[in-house]
Amino acid sequence: MSEALARIAVRGLWVGFGSKPVLRGIDLVLHEGESLVVIGASGAGKSVLLKTILGLIEAWEGSVRVDGIEVVGASSAAREQVREKIGMLFQGAALFDSLPVWENVVFGLLARGRLARGEAREAALAALAEVGLGGEVADRYPAELSGGMRKRVGLARAIAADPEILFFDEPTSGLDPIRADAINQLIRRTVRGRGRTALSISHDMASVRKIADRVAMLYEGRIIWEGPVERMEHSGNPYVDQFVHGRAEGPMTASVAGAG
Amino acid sequence: MNGLARIGRLTLDLAQESGAVLLFGLEALARGLRGPYYPRQILRQLLEIGYFSLPVVGLTALFTGMVLALQSYVGFSRFEAQEAIPSIVVLSMTRELGPVLAGLMVAGRVGAAMAAELGTMRVTEQIDALETLATDPLRYLVFPRLVAAMLCLPLLVLVADVIGVLGGYLVAVYKLGFGGVEYLNRTLDFLEAGDVVSGLVKALVFGFLIALMGCYQGYHCLGGAEGVGAAATRAVVGASILVLTMDYVLTELFFAR
Ligand SMILES: Nc1ncnc2c1ncn2[C@@H]1O[C@H](COP(=O)(O)OP(=O)(O)O)[C@@H](O)[C@H]1O
Ligand SMILES: [Mg+2]
Repeated sequence: MSEALARIAVRGLWVGFGSKPVLRGIDLVLHEGESLVVIGASGAGKSVLLKTILGLIEAWEGSVRVDGIEVVGASSAAREQVREKIGMLFQGAALFDSLPVWENVVFGLLARGRLARGEAREAALAALAEVGLGGEVADRYPAELSGGMRKRVGLARAIAADPEILFFDEPTSGLDPIRADAINQLIRRTVRGRGRTALSISHDMASVRKIADRVAMLYEGRIIWEGPVERMEHSGNPYVDQFVHGRAEGPMTASVAGAG
Repeated sequence: MNGLARIGRLTLDLAQESGAVLLFGLEALARGLRGPYYPRQILRQLLEIGYFSLPVVGLTALFTGMVLALQSYVGFSRFEAQEAIPSIVVLSMTRELGPVLAGLMVAGRVGAAMAAELGTMRVTEQIDALETLATDPLRYLVFPRLVAAMLCLPLLVLVADVIGVLGGYLVAVYKLGFGGVEYLNRTLDFLEAGDVVSGLVKALVFGFLIALMGCYQGYHCLGGAEGVGAAATRAVVGASILVLTMDYVLTELFFAR
């Protein structure tokens, strides 16, 4: 129906490693200007989903289209076209250890030739300022930063090129509630404020409530529920209920224990 | 599983793994040559592999040259052939011990470090991040390491050759009563360019193999900090075995000519 307006359309997506499937027929649509958060247990395949959309992992079967460009089985030129549209904040920030903060932030801009070396530092400082970091961190190395600062630098790197689509992989994991909330606010501001489209992953219900318009739950390789964030609390789906309210007892107990 | 089946299985695995490693190396070279190039990365690796390996390679060569002179003295003095010692030392160093010992030392030092660095980058998603930022990890990470190792190893071996001869000289002159000038003359008497060149060719191949194992194991690292440790071990063991087997193969090739 509204697939014409979809920025990202995932259809019948199967992804696995060796002979073990991780995603088993995912259907998911991300509309222009919305913020969708995918929830699900650890190891459910949430990061694999993001990486497959970015063309970092090859799918077994199915289709992923970003602005109409097919990613599955695509040439490296088509992949680059897609990646250029997307800014990604990785789970552990994934900053380059061997480069100072400012070079991390403008790495993609320099690699794509969208910035001259001479203006790079200036641009990096501007991006850092947007995430609330001052110039004094610019020359530090990632190893010298706290977890919260690393996430901010990762966020600055993701938004430095002002991409139309943003991916956030567990943006608040490993942060205390105050720092987590600060990151949530930054995400809200960039996504809503700039009218960007966002696909995030989170376990953190406070974060989900703060940044999501729509929520989808991934379980055993499939999307078992999706709906507006307001309906998440009363979804009527026992799996979602158990996850959202963080209960050990529920339909998922057995298989979680079984998966070890 | 019975013994025979297990040996068959192992052989198949080994063949498959070797093929995968070789393809990875060739792909990295092919893509790297097409550019874009990263001179800063190559420079960093030259320093890392070449410069910082000098002490350990030099020390190994020095003591190897010294012990060569001493051991051949023990053997050759039994039939009054001590004057062969300078030739023994220089030929053993240039043709064989220079490249093999430098290769093994660099495999331990650099192979492990590369696997650990790339492995860490893999498990912390830095390699994925590179790709999303329009940078090919084979061009940015692997190619500079392969090139730098292929440049550095021959230079390190040249240094090892000279220091090895110096070690032999020290023992022969200060302990065994050789004349200094006589020793050096005899060192050069039977030495041919081919002796040195064959050692340098070996070094080039070893450099490629060491960097290749380090990069391959790191790049394909799985499973957190433990995975990184395992990758480093596999890189060192694999590179050492490859250095020793390729040493024989190359010697056989040079010998046949
Ligand atoms: N490169 C890989 N090779 C093999 N298995 C992988 C790889 N990446 C992820 N997996 C497996 O896929 C499953 C899902 O992983 P992931 O998407 O990271 O989970 P999460 O939902 O916590 O983000 C896990 O069982 C993981 O072990
Ligand atoms: Mg994950």
